[in-house]
Amino acid sequence: MSSWTRRQLKDYVAKALAIAATLFGLFWLAWILWTTVSNGLPALKWELFTQMTPPPGQDGGLLNAFAGSIIMSGLAVLIATPIGIAAGTYLAEYARHTKLGATIRFVNDILLSAPSIVIGLFVYELMVRQMGHFSALAGAVALSFIVLPVVVRTTDEMLQLVPSTMREAALALGIPQWKVIRQVLYRAALSGIITGVLLAIARISGETAPLLFTALNNQYWTNDLTQPMANVPVVIFQYALSPYEFWHSLAWAGAFVVTILVLVLGLISRGLLLSRKSHD
Amino acid sequence: MTETTSARVSALRPAFQQPTPPAKIETRNLNFFYGNSHAVKGVNLTLREKRVTALIGPSGCGKSTLLRIFNRIYAVYPKQRAEGEVLLDGKNILSKDYSINRLRTKVGMVFQKPVPFPMSIYDNVAYAIRHYENLSRADMDQRVEEALRAGAIWDEVKDKLKQSALGLSGGQQQRLCIARAVALKPEVLLLDEPTSALDPLSTAKIEQLVDELKSRYTLLIVTHNMQQAARVSDFTGFMFLGELIEYGTTDDLFTKPTKKQTEDYVTGRFG
Repeated sequence: MSSWTRRQLKDYVAKALAIAATLFGLFWLAWILWTTVSNGLPALKWELFTQMTPPPGQDGGLLNAFAGSIIMSGLAVLIATPIGIAAGTYLAEYARHTKLGATIRFVNDILLSAPSIVIGLFVYELMVRQMGHFSALAGAVALSFIVLPVVVRTTDEMLQLVPSTMREAALALGIPQWKVIRQVLYRAALSGIITGVLLAIARISGETAPLLFTALNNQYWTNDLTQPMANVPVVIFQYALSPYEFWHSLAWAGAFVVTILVLVLGLISRGLLLSRKSHD
Repeated sequence: MTETTSARVSALRPAFQQPTPPAKIETRNLNFFYGNSHAVKGVNLTLREKRVTALIGPSGCGKSTLLRIFNRIYAVYPKQRAEGEVLLDGKNILSKDYSINRLRTKVGMVFQKPVPFPMSIYDNVAYAIRHYENLSRADMDQRVEEALRAGAIWDEVKDKLKQSALGLSGGQQQRLCIARAVALKPEVLLLDEPTSALDPLSTAKIEQLVDELKSRYTLLIVTHNMQQAARVSDFTGFMFLGELIEYGTTDDLFTKPTKKQTEDYVTGRFG
């Protein structure tokens, strides 16, 4: 066999292995999606969004769970986004090349990859034990601990991507740094920062562990933030473990809706990043 | 420049029949450091009022570094520092008492790469004005138009002032940046290789613009392009390895340089 054909053969083998590995990964992803769609789609009914979670043996929907998830995720974003943007701005604009900045960045990365159950336990100790009972507020705080490092990281990175000449050009007009950051740099990094927040929302929309220890669940509608509140992931968890067929189908429907939500958020953030690129 | 060379120039060149204009900026034993690296060494340079001064020299000779001292833009970076004196109208801008923001309204700057802000064409110019002055809508429109005219770009953008400045061509963006700098009515304009990222046609427009601007501003232009320096400037300084080797009228420097290094550089023997 000549060296040329041998090399050609090696190339084919390498390519085949790479494709096989890709297919192997995609296969499981497709299977998961297929299971969610085939079980969730038939269970999708209008009542899902108009009725409360039912007791065993009765009809019902997931209205209170969706509402609870929206309320707690919204609160978490409200708590974490301003803090995250401020901290990310500090890292990128005031502490970029300092040791302190590098240390904070490192600690933030640890928080970013912290197991969510640890965050759930932490907030359980911090709030649930102090208050004496589970509450929506504790759930929102737990979720905000997951949102925070994502927003810090993306704000930091997106501001660092803004060319230093833009900073210099604005400062060269005699405009103070805080105004330059607010009026020029945020504008340049806006789509990236929003993308970070969207991805953080996608991430918390399926988080079960932190809510299990904090907001727990509620079979009824509540607006009281100091009381346990229903939410989609924990309802899915409980209903999927139950022996009732109807609860199973509700759990599938909930999983399907969350999957679609994550998909949509992913698409929107992709779109935002693409429009940002076409600007540059 | 010594009295004798000045007298000789006056005799040779009609443009210099009027006496040498007063100094706008004067540096005294100016040094600059990037951390431990000594980038500008003991420079004494005078920028004449309402004249164009060009700085030429090979890459890394410190000419851009020198330009960046004049509005203290280097202060953005913690490890950079300047020593010596830079007198603007007789006052040392390097002293701590000199307000950095006031300095930057007096000394405008245009960068190598055009950097329009991510806003509309109108807002790019109005943004900085708004920071200093509270103008009525009509007055602001007036100021923006004046600035865009001074930047020789008004005719091209007057029908799309509300559109994003990022949609303009590179040459248009650079003229917009000049308009933005001029809008603050500075006294000095620093141009840091303003045409090195542009095509020849845009370059010609900018050079023509420089010629128009010098009736109102004192200009300092850093350029890699010796022909450009010869075309647009009245005075030229040649820098090498952080030192100002030679400085004089552009005619003298290019036609009868007194230093060997200058002669080698302007005749293309190195650099």
